[in-house]
Amino acid sequence: MPLSARNLTGGYHQISIVKDVNLDLRSGEWLSLVGANGSGKSTLLKLLSRILQPEQGQVLLDGKSIHSQPSIAIAQKLAILPQQQLIPSGITVKQLVSLGRTPHQPWWQWELDTLGQEIVEQALVQTKLTQFSDRSVSELSGGERQRAFLAMALAQAPKVLLLDEPTTYLDLRYQLELLELLKDLNLNHGLTIITVLHEINLAARYSDRIALVKKGEIMAIALPKEVLTAELLRSCFEIEVAILETPVGIQICAISPYKSPILTTNI
Amino acid sequence: MWSILQPPNLHKARDRLIQTIGLLVFGLVIVIGISLSFGAVPLSFAEIWEALLRQGEQINQTIIWDLRLPRTLAALLVGAALGMAGTLLQGMLRNDLADPFVLGVSAGAGLVAIALITFGVFLAWIPVAAWVGAMATCILVYSLGRVGNSLSTERLILGGVAVSSLFGSIQAILLLMAEDGRVQTALNWLVGSLNGRGWVEVNAVAPYLIATLLIGACLGRSLNVLNLGDEAALSLGLSLGWSRLLVGAIASMLAASAVSMAGLIGFVGLIVPHGVRLFVGNDYRVSLPVAAIGGAIVLTFADLIARIGTVELPVGVVTALFGSPLFIWLLYSRKSRGI
Repeated sequence: MPLSARNLTGGYHQISIVKDVNLDLRSGEWLSLVGANGSGKSTLLKLLSRILQPEQGQVLLDGKSIHSQPSIAIAQKLAILPQQQLIPSGITVKQLVSLGRTPHQPWWQWELDTLGQEIVEQALVQTKLTQFSDRSVSELSGGERQRAFLAMALAQAPKVLLLDEPTTYLDLRYQLELLELLKDLNLNHGLTIITVLHEINLAARYSDRIALVKKGEIMAIALPKEVLTAELLRSCFEIEVAILETPVGIQICAISPYKSPILTTNI
Repeated sequence: MWSILQPPNLHKARDRLIQTIGLLVFGLVIVIGISLSFGAVPLSFAEIWEALLRQGEQINQTIIWDLRLPRTLAALLVGAALGMAGTLLQGMLRNDLADPFVLGVSAGAGLVAIALITFGVFLAWIPVAAWVGAMATCILVYSLGRVGNSLSTERLILGGVAVSSLFGSIQAILLLMAEDGRVQTALNWLVGSLNGRGWVEVNAVAPYLIATLLIGACLGRSLNVLNLGDEAALSLGLSLGWSRLLVGAIASMLAASAVSMAGLIGFVGLIVPHGVRLFVGNDYRVSLPVAAIGGAIVLTFADLIARIGTVELPVGVVTALFGSPLFIWLLYSRKSRGI
């Protein structure tokens, strides 16, 4: 198992948001964390990526606790694409992507070695950013900018990539382009992926498994068609849904907010 | 797996650094030459060279070796320290308004120095005491900025502001209590001056300051990564707490050393990082050493201007006088270039 959580509990300011989560990520799979606002899915991702320290439990990367390993050793295997990125003023796409090699570069080495250069070029090609190499990142569109940060994460050459709502701020075309790229990396390069996704239909379409998160706990984790049932979605999101079979797999159509029978009777 | 797409340009940033440093060192040599030649007794470059080799007239050797050379070296060291400290702190705090004194260095050093001057005790120990006061205040501000095992940049800045404000008001009370002659001495120290700095000050601070400058010059990559934000920096394997502690400690030690040697010289640590960014961009591997050389040039030049008139001005007055309009010009220049 490349990444596992054991009795993981944590949150902010001594308030536990994620409670006693156990999770085993399989090598080469794509797992999406899905849940309502405030359910704790982003907090869980931050705990898995060591951005947050757990109150209890542990996260295992290749069987070893990530808190007992040096940061550099973890960064050589695990990369994170945060939801919000800071762009240093004037930084070019290539400079940004080159920073992805930081965990593999000795501190005294001024420039990237030949392998590092090749990996950076490859990441630019994969994210279709080669022609933007010398452009300032701040001049790029939202979709191109997201691809630039993804290229930086790819330059880390990680085994596991964690992405927090990577399609936020992107229009439909850019959302599909980004997720198609991730699917290609997942299928053809064996990249193991965890995403937090708000868009449930994209999660259904691209993920191998979906974990439904509610009140900081995983209420179900399985194949998309096994998790995205009317009953589980009603419990998780408090909505009524129709489940449609489409050429790209099952898709969810939200019909209405769920009203409990007791409340309806009283009204 | 990874294909070779084009020949890599391995040396672009390094070449740029070497070229820039070459130009700056040339400028530095010119400024040092003018600084050594200028004074009540003007000396030609040939006379300076002779005096440096302990040849020629004895009076020229005395002027160069006992007066102008130590003062120029003090200006170079203090300027380099302030330039690099400002760049380190602006990078670490991701705040272009940060200067070397943002973490309370000036407040701590100032409070101790003013206290000694006001009470007229241990006056010979002011440089050492100011250094101790500066570092003790930095440790206090760091403890205020600590959140668990990490450091919050917002808390650091706010802690620095609060402590500086508190210590500033105590300084004002001390100055109000002080005798007239002592107020003048205290103000001279607060404004910052290189007047009368000799080998004693240079020998005491130089080895330690040069070592700190060399360590600081190696922190460029950490700053480049820190500028991507906490989560991205963590993803790239940077230990946020240790990195911030190291960068802040080096910057504070540089600023404290500068203060102990020359008092509170403002604006150099604020303007030099901005100017450097304008010319060499935001790669801290390049801008840190360039800021040190740039700071040395700026302060040596400012000290030269301070000595031009019949009455010598404290160099801190010159940096403030020229620094403010220069800062405004730099800001507008960056804006017009979209930086």
